[in-house]
Amino acid sequence: MTDITLQHNRIASSVLELIGNTPIVDISQLSPNPKVGLYIKLEGQNPGGSVKDRVALSMIQDAEAKGQIKPGSVLIEPSSGNTGIGMALICRVKGYKLKVVMPTNVSKERRDLLKIWGAEIIESPAAEGSNGAVKMARKIAADHPEWVFLYQYANQANPKAHFETTGPEILRDLPNITHFVAGLGTSGTLLGVGSYLKQEKPDVQIWAVEPPAGEMVDGLRNLDDGYIPPIFLDNNGPLLLDRKTVVGPRDSIIWTKKLAEVGIFAGISTGAALAGAIKCANLIDTGTILIVSPDAGWKYLSSEIWTLDIDEAVLRAQSTIYF
Amino acid sequence: MEVEVRLPTVLRPHANGAALVKVDAANIGEALSELSSKYPGMSGQLLTQSGELHKFVNVYLNDDDVRYLEKLDTKLNDGDVISILPAVAGGSD
Repeated sequence: MTDITLQHNRIASSVLELIGNTPIVDISQLSPNPKVGLYIKLEGQNPGGSVKDRVALSMIQDAEAKGQIKPGSVLIEPSSGNTGIGMALICRVKGYKLKVVMPTNVSKERRDLLKIWGAEIIESPAAEGSNGAVKMARKIAADHPEWVFLYQYANQANPKAHFETTGPEILRDLPNITHFVAGLGTSGTLLGVGSYLKQEKPDVQIWAVEPPAGEMVDGLRNLDDGYIPPIFLDNNGPLLLDRKTVVGPRDSIIWTKKLAEVGIFAGISTGAALAGAIKCANLIDTGTILIVSPDAGWKYLSSEIWTLDIDEAVLRAQSTIYF
Repeated sequence: MEVEVRLPTVLRPHANGAALVKVDAANIGEALSELSSKYPGMSGQLLTQSGELHKFVNVYLNDDDVRYLEKLDTKLNDGDVISILPAVAGGSD
């Protein structure tokens, strides 16, 4: 228990001031190698509940500074959840209108959170996954040039948020870090944190963990329908990463549940990152690994992964977008 | 080396619907070339005309992306599993 007499927390003038400065927890008891320390940065502690609060704030502040947004502006964004939720929170506080394009098969909690903060949901076909949401949002944005399309997959303010905040926080709190492991979604976290760490401590290894989403996207007609986030290529992503490993739903769920055993209630993509970190810990002699937990478990309760039999939980996870 | 190749849904029609096929190859490049000769429908989809990995194709050797190993020169051992997955947009980082 923290000694209250030694702590002084100032009163925030807005909930937006609470974005960032998330805590890191030592979870080395889960490490398979006693000489490798394991640490987790809990991005679920952000007010919108995920790492994407940082990205949403950075993109909106950048657009404000460039004069692209003014009170009453309408914003449109493709998101399978977290970015949309972060943007909805910020838009509500700042007085903007938000439309989020998302596949129909995202979890109920995500839709509800968007509605709580007043965002409008535009549905894209489930079978086309996130690719379909991106495609639809780009088309709608082209048809409505009066709306503001910040487009997290191509917006430099996305990795910049992590270069300027997440990365420095990590090095400040865990200066002996040797390996950074995070999920590869828009690639913003890996690019921003990875570039910062390589700049300040070039020996740090950057590992990407990828959920096998492509396997589940039935709407993909051929491989030319694939998608690589423009920011990944614009920021030399292929040169920045030292390794990329794929983690399936089963391992993601198993490690998400293991985290609960040490008291950490995290979302399923955290389990995927942890599975990647465990693999890393088994391959190195000594080191200090940090993983990013993109969000907490609350939005995943309807998946019932903590209570269902593992086979059933995997099937359920495969039919819903949780990443 | 005989290795297993897991095919994504989008490539299965070219392999008579199979999700898993076997090829005999010494490295990843050879494995992909053999796939293309066995199943001509895949030929333009895996490798470019100049023989490089197509940009929207991710190839994993036992779960590791070969682009961050030795790319097409990544060596194979008996019992290895190659997985081919399309590059798609992710979300929650």
